[in-house]
Amino acid sequence: MKPSRLPLIVTWAVIAFFYVPIAILVVNSFNSSRFGGSWESTSLKWYIRLMNEPSIWHALTNTLIIATTATLASMVLGTSAAFALHRFAGSKLQKLHYSVIYLPLVLPEILMGLSLLLFFVQLKVQLGLATIAVAHVTFCLSYVAMTVLARLQDFDFAIIEAAQDLGAGWWTTVWKVLLPMLAPGILAGGLLAFTLSIDDFVISFFVAGPGSTTLPIKIYSMIKYGAPPLINALSTILLAITFLCVAASQYLSNRDRKAA
Amino acid sequence: MSEFLEFEDVSKHYGAVKAVDHVSLTVKQGEFFSLLGPSGCGKTTLLRILAGFEQPDTGRVLLGGEDVTDLPPYERKVNTIFQSYALFPHLSVWDNIAFGLKVAKRPKKEIKAEVAKMLALIQMEDQAWKKPDQISGGQKQRVAIARALVNKPRVLLLDEPLAALDLKLRQRMLIELDLIHDEVGITFLYVTHDQGEAMSLSDRIAVMKLGKIEQLGTPAEIYEAPRSSFVAAFIGDTNFFDGIVAEPLEKNSVLDGFLSVAVDKDYSRLKIEDFPDLECFNDKQIKEGEHIFLSIRPEKLRISRERPEPLPHLNVIEGHVEDVIYLGSQTKYWVRTGDYRISVIRQHSRYLLDEKPIRWREKVWLSWHADDGFMLEKYSEQDENLIQLPPEEVGETTESNQILARPADAGEPAAAGDAAR
Repeated sequence: MKPSRLPLIVTWAVIAFFYVPIAILVVNSFNSSRFGGSWESTSLKWYIRLMNEPSIWHALTNTLIIATTATLASMVLGTSAAFALHRFAGSKLQKLHYSVIYLPLVLPEILMGLSLLLFFVQLKVQLGLATIAVAHVTFCLSYVAMTVLARLQDFDFAIIEAAQDLGAGWWTTVWKVLLPMLAPGILAGGLLAFTLSIDDFVISFFVAGPGSTTLPIKIYSMIKYGAPPLINALSTILLAITFLCVAASQYLSNRDRKAA
Repeated sequence: MSEFLEFEDVSKHYGAVKAVDHVSLTVKQGEFFSLLGPSGCGKTTLLRILAGFEQPDTGRVLLGGEDVTDLPPYERKVNTIFQSYALFPHLSVWDNIAFGLKVAKRPKKEIKAEVAKMLALIQMEDQAWKKPDQISGGQKQRVAIARALVNKPRVLLLDEPLAALDLKLRQRMLIELDLIHDEVGITFLYVTHDQGEAMSLSDRIAVMKLGKIEQLGTPAEIYEAPRSSFVAAFIGDTNFFDGIVAEPLEKNSVLDGFLSVAVDKDYSRLKIEDFPDLECFNDKQIKEGEHIFLSIRPEKLRISRERPEPLPHLNVIEGHVEDVIYLGSQTKYWVRTGDYRISVIRQHSRYLLDEKPIRWREKVWLSWHADDGFMLEKYSEQDENLIQLPPEEVGETTESNQILARPADAGEPAAAGDAAR
């Protein structure tokens, strides 16, 4: 019997459904025509115009400041959380802890955004870069914790004992053995957090204040005022950054798993 | 040779399980000392107490006369070879070996020289810059040894170091370990469940059972004169016979033409069901009427087609061959006598020249000297269960090792128990 063609067709249909829109966007960003419908000529016109737009630069700086802060903070907090989760696994408190860490991964963003906004307003905190960064930490932390926890699960703790056996005190063990060994996991989690922070829209939109426009918010407002080709170019850049970060994160976690 | 490592009345509990139960033990300087026992006998816990990873509930540990019980692991002059090797995966072979010296902040020049010496000892000079995942299991083992030895520990602790290797490699590493011990001359404390490893390497062995030391002695003492049924069954194979001590033997001698009759206290007569009266050397002065288990090693039994000439203190029983297993250098026979299935090992020195090798179903005679049997206490079901526990998994933590549950599928049975019944 001839093997059915159906699986192949379905596969291609799914791929097309996912990636054709993105491809159209990327291709169009190099189209010099003002309207997406017709192809004029290949050019970097929109990218150059993007460069000369001060408000874009402002949004980019904001985004990077928030993403870096949120990433660093969630790397520290997420790793600590993962340690606690692993070390005391099985205890009732840690089961609760696990749910608390896991929740942001499944909670609707709109709910998180709204509740964070209410929280900040209640505390009378000035909305701005700081509030966005704090909001981002709340979900970035979960991703870091989950990545590091996965690494800890196949970590041979005899190695820690070996270090102590060889004369290393607690801090030396942490610095020379534990952190270097977990670094790929922490970094992979951090890169994931960085990507998520860069293109988060919903939560940022709720807790943003005057002057704290991030790139995704900027794109949204540009659509409202109608500047499609510029958005295409900006989105392509955002896409490229995301892609690089995810690829690096994947590479780090895979390389290390192989070594273990 | 001085007694310089001492465990004094050391105990350790995990919940309700007594992992180590009031153990006192001294090890001499330069000795290759083994702790041998089945899973959960407390041998690893004892080693971890010495390394400093566990705190004993009672007792203390002395190293060179100094009490080290409360010292953290990093302040003890002992180093451990872990079952999983526990090499640092992010460091090269060279950096793994140098770790202890670097932590101790030794001068760079000295570190270089010492590491080079170790690399030469383990013959891995050309692999110094490889990462642990790029070298073989045997090489990892050698790096683990070098990493520990470079610190010049007063005692080297080895926790089932060969368990993760395959048979061929294990045999080679056994020889290497022996050579290294001879070369560096420091005390080795070796933990294993494998009696073959312990027998071939050790100066002395402590056989452990349920947190206690069952017998302590040289490999030959333990094999040739087991003090309990557990030891007899755990170290090598043995046959057990259930019997009762009868009256001592009479010693007949002709003195100046008169026949004198005296009681020979050295040998006892044994009554065993289905058997004629047997004799056994009675060095423990076991009294008449006591219930005992007679233990005889398979290789101490002689098998023959003809009834052997009667000799003083020679025991002779009759049976028929139920199974024959040809093993190359030797043949193993299973001989049925009444309720017993007796294992007999016969070394071949001239197999091909034997005109007629003994075969299946043949009627045979088994004989042994009364000195080769041992009267021991009952070989209990608990002993059997302990011996049949599978060895600990590599990398398993100590707490879980203490669980003494009998698995549904009890691995390879130790031949010991097969003999009785």
